[in-house]
Amino acid sequence: MKYSYFPGCSLKGTGRSYEESLLPVFKALGVEMEELDDWNCCGATAYMAVDEVKACVMASRNLALAERLGHAELLAPCSACYLVLNKTKHYLHDSASVRGVVGQALQQADLSYSGNVPVRHPLDVLINEVGLDEVKKRVRHPLKGLKVAPYYGCQIVRPYATFDDQYNPTTLDRLVEALGGSVVRFPLKTRCCGGSLTGTLPEPGLLCSYIILKEALARGANVIATLCPLCQFNLDGYHDKITRKWDPVRIPTVYFSQLMGLAFGLSEKEMGLHRHFIEMPALAASAAA
Amino acid sequence: MDNQRNEPRIGFYVCHCGTNIAGMVDCPAVAQYVSRLPNVVLSRDYKYMCSDPGQELIQQDIREHRLNRIVVASCSPLLHEKTFRGATEKGGLNPFFFHMVNIREHDSWVHTDKQAATEKAKSLAHAAIHRVRFHKPLEVKQVPIHPAVLVVGGGIAGIHAAMTLANAGKKVYLVEREPSIGGHMAKFDKTFPTLDCAACILTPKMSEVGAHPNITLWTYSEAMKMEGYVGNYTVTIRHKPRYIIEDACVGCLECIDACVYKQPKFFDEFNMGLGKRKPVYIPFPQATPQVVLIDPETCLNLKTGKCKKTCVEACADRKAIDFTQKETFSEIKVGAIIVATGFKSFDAQRIPQYGYGTYPNVYTALEIERLVNASGPTGGEVVLRDGKKPKSIGIIHCVGSRDHKTNRWCSRVCCMYSMKLAHLLKEHTEAEVYSFYIDMRTPGKGYEEFYGKLLDEGVQFVRGRVGEVTDWAFTKEEEGKLVIRVEDTLAGYVRRIPVDMVVLATGLEPQADAQEVRRRFNMSCGTEGFFLERHPKLAPVNTFTDGILLAGCCQGPKDIPDTVAQAGAAAAEALVLIDKGHIEQEPNTAFIHEEDCSGCKSCIPLCPYSAILFNEETRKAIINQALCKGCGTCVASCPSGSIEQNLFDDEEIFSEIEGVLAYE
Amino acid sequence: MNEKQWTPRIVAFFCNWCTYTAADLAGVSRLKYAPNMRVIRIMCSGRVDPQFILEAFAKGADGVLIGGCHPNDCHYAEGNYKMLRRFQLLQRMLKDMGIEEDRLRLEWISAAEGEKVKTVMNDMVAKVTAMGPLGMPGRFADWDKEMEHLEAAVATAEAGQPAHSHSQQEVKHA
Repeated sequence: MKYSYFPGCSLKGTGRSYEESLLPVFKALGVEMEELDDWNCCGATAYMAVDEVKACVMASRNLALAERLGHAELLAPCSACYLVLNKTKHYLHDSASVRGVVGQALQQADLSYSGNVPVRHPLDVLINEVGLDEVKKRVRHPLKGLKVAPYYGCQIVRPYATFDDQYNPTTLDRLVEALGGSVVRFPLKTRCCGGSLTGTLPEPGLLCSYIILKEALARGANVIATLCPLCQFNLDGYHDKITRKWDPVRIPTVYFSQLMGLAFGLSEKEMGLHRHFIEMPALAASAAA
Repeated sequence: MDNQRNEPRIGFYVCHCGTNIAGMVDCPAVAQYVSRLPNVVLSRDYKYMCSDPGQELIQQDIREHRLNRIVVASCSPLLHEKTFRGATEKGGLNPFFFHMVNIREHDSWVHTDKQAATEKAKSLAHAAIHRVRFHKPLEVKQVPIHPAVLVVGGGIAGIHAAMTLANAGKKVYLVEREPSIGGHMAKFDKTFPTLDCAACILTPKMSEVGAHPNITLWTYSEAMKMEGYVGNYTVTIRHKPRYIIEDACVGCLECIDACVYKQPKFFDEFNMGLGKRKPVYIPFPQATPQVVLIDPETCLNLKTGKCKKTCVEACADRKAIDFTQKETFSEIKVGAIIVATGFKSFDAQRIPQYGYGTYPNVYTALEIERLVNASGPTGGEVVLRDGKKPKSIGIIHCVGSRDHKTNRWCSRVCCMYSMKLAHLLKEHTEAEVYSFYIDMRTPGKGYEEFYGKLLDEGVQFVRGRVGEVTDWAFTKEEEGKLVIRVEDTLAGYVRRIPVDMVVLATGLEPQADAQEVRRRFNMSCGTEGFFLERHPKLAPVNTFTDGILLAGCCQGPKDIPDTVAQAGAAAAEALVLIDKGHIEQEPNTAFIHEEDCSGCKSCIPLCPYSAILFNEETRKAIINQALCKGCGTCVASCPSGSIEQNLFDDEEIFSEIEGVLAYE
Repeated sequence: MNEKQWTPRIVAFFCNWCTYTAADLAGVSRLKYAPNMRVIRIMCSGRVDPQFILEAFAKGADGVLIGGCHPNDCHYAEGNYKMLRRFQLLQRMLKDMGIEEDRLRLEWISAAEGEKVKTVMNDMVAKVTAMGPLGMPGRFADWDKEMEHLEAAVATAEAGQPAHSHSQQEVKHA
């Protein structure tokens, strides 16, 4: 299995630990990922709100690069990239006028895009291509004692729910169980983390994060698993502010790929866990056990 | 009759159908085009051919112009072929000298280019003119009808249809797969909008059915197989073993008291699992027939063979219990069948965000019907699963209705039954009741008035589709409650409403085995899976198979008044069929030209009705005209071309092919 | 008349119980589709004699569509299966005759599937339009001419040389 890989800005910046954990874990599972050469901004959800067509043009350039690279499918681990790239594919399919503008823009750069590269999320590939049985085979340190709140965020299921249920996704739940962890019932799985509001209108933004953290703790979780760099950033990064405003809700938020790495026997350092603000001693103890 | 055998003299009529056809097809141009075709004596266009003057015109022309073939280009032959055949006959011709061209459903209604639509009409007309030259005079066959009727399904629809027919003196078989008749209605507490008790109006009808001399009632039985054709259906009925000899059981229920299980502990189907029953049980107190049954899944004796059989002791010399019972089959002959197999309530777990199955205090409406019912599992006391009385209740409409992700249709009864439940719940608990609706649909006698009454009673109606039911609390007041998150589209903001109990107004769906039943009775289903009526307006209880009729929710969601009306209509249609004494069959059967038959026998295994026999003496095949249904499969397969089919003969179809391809 | 743009003519055989009724439903629902199809009603798709199809092509059809009930749903129990068998054999034969596969199509359309009538009709018209005219009547005329040519050539040859009865027969069979 070989995929084109679009990291997006987060995985090279605030979400470095996502890339650091995802690459070795997928390698261990025999999934090869080749990074697109000279990729650019995905088009960004924020920019999409300002000028959809231009955002589509940016996304299309990445799609065209993927088509040129030649692997059948493109992996986009960041939820925002995943959504923008997929949304662009829909727009290109549905609207002749968008197709026209995008086609012209790509032509200027000697590129073209026929619409034939599916954009997939690593979690989708894990569940539907690799299969949980393969994952289980590689588990050395089952995540015993780890009570995980599976948190999917909004973009992976809205508006397109391609590989999981829109209201009650379960792929991450099943993955955690395959790694030997236990899953707490978490009805806020797809609720907003605050998104980029934490930067622009902190109060409502942080309130969203606070609700997620508080409910995860209230339901007995000792770690939140996520698959989106922005969710991870919001839930991990504002602990002090949240404590000052409401109460201390100290619970680590990690990527599913990091949990996989730990279960596969890789170290916390290798998984980039030292980059997070909230450490997870409980995990270290249980993983070693 | 003489002129029918001479050179064809064709009369052609193109119908405007108001603007239905004339709006897209240039009718005078079609008439003019046809007038130039060979054998056409007369070609007219007319506003409404199916009207009396239209039919009159045909008859007059036959007489005045000595026409001996008639072609009408108008709507679908499935709609008006009979009408025009009648007019042809009244004009003095054999009705089968008529042919019809469909330029409405197949042309004017489906095209947007007037020129192309006119061309199409011309070529279709051309084909008919070609074909009608080969038509032959035919006789309609008459077959006697078996005067009994089978009613499948013993809900209110089946009960009403069976009673109507039985009261008209007809023999009726009523088959119900559950142990008792009554269907969904037997589970309801009150009925909207009058609030009369469902059991009080239903149970007298149930016992009447049980006692009626003209009705053979078979419960715990299923109609498995149907053969034959209208007027002469043979149906196989499977009787499941209830381990009770029905005739010997007097309904004393002593065996239930005597069962080795002292306490009821098994899932009670009738009460949606809110109550418990024993392995030997009667579904509900007013069950008809008043006969117990034993559930082989839970009965100790049937499962292990090791039981003291205290039930047998209690039954004593009535000797009604028979553990050796096996399923049995009976075969009945009927002239018509009324299918009244009802609906299935939507499975609320399919919408996970409403929490049914996750949160114990989320109920379906049908569960609440049992909960408010005086003979229900709590004796009519509305309590939560932990025994507490709810102080606030939210009723969510359109669960599994009007939803692109589940079912797109409106289930028609949920708004009304939700309001009924709101009223009953308020009455029983004095709780604050919220009703979350998308649109309030109250089209029925006294329905809107009922809505008004509920508004006066202080039920809080919130307009908006509920986003989720959740247990995460945002404020102190929300803790320990179920929170309903909804966009109040009248107030214009998102609300969080904490309640103790959530009621999901689940929609109506086709039965899980609707597809099987459809096949069994040779019916069609609409895309949503309900059985398809022959015509949505003019034949609402008929199906595409003659003698198979529909009643109740198996045809689509409807309330009790509509169901009863439809059941009455189905019974009337059955009576029309039976009282006529015979049916007329299309003479489109196949027959063999013996002189051409090579005796190869290829046709014999092809016939699904075993209508083709082989005469060993003459070494020729023969078709039994009484058994032939006119599919034409043998005609298409005969290597020597010795089989002909009336109305669809080779030369007729070949000429039609030539006609549609003839260029101007 | 020949100047106007070519559009395909497609002959359709629809069974009375499912597909014809579905086409009526498409009409009642006012769905819109391409006007190239000419429907001939038969009681069952099992009635479709392969000769009907060949005749349609021979008389100038660019495509032939057969519509029957879904498998298991035939009003006459199994006529549609009989059609399916014939269809598969005929497809092979048509290929040998140089008639493309997409020109003959068999579809199961139930009485409820008005929408499917529309999509199938549009799809088939689009495909046949893309393939261009089949022109069997023209081809027949060409073949006939060719035959005349050959026969004339043989006649001339025979006139020049003593007849070779064997070769003459071969030509006639070609």
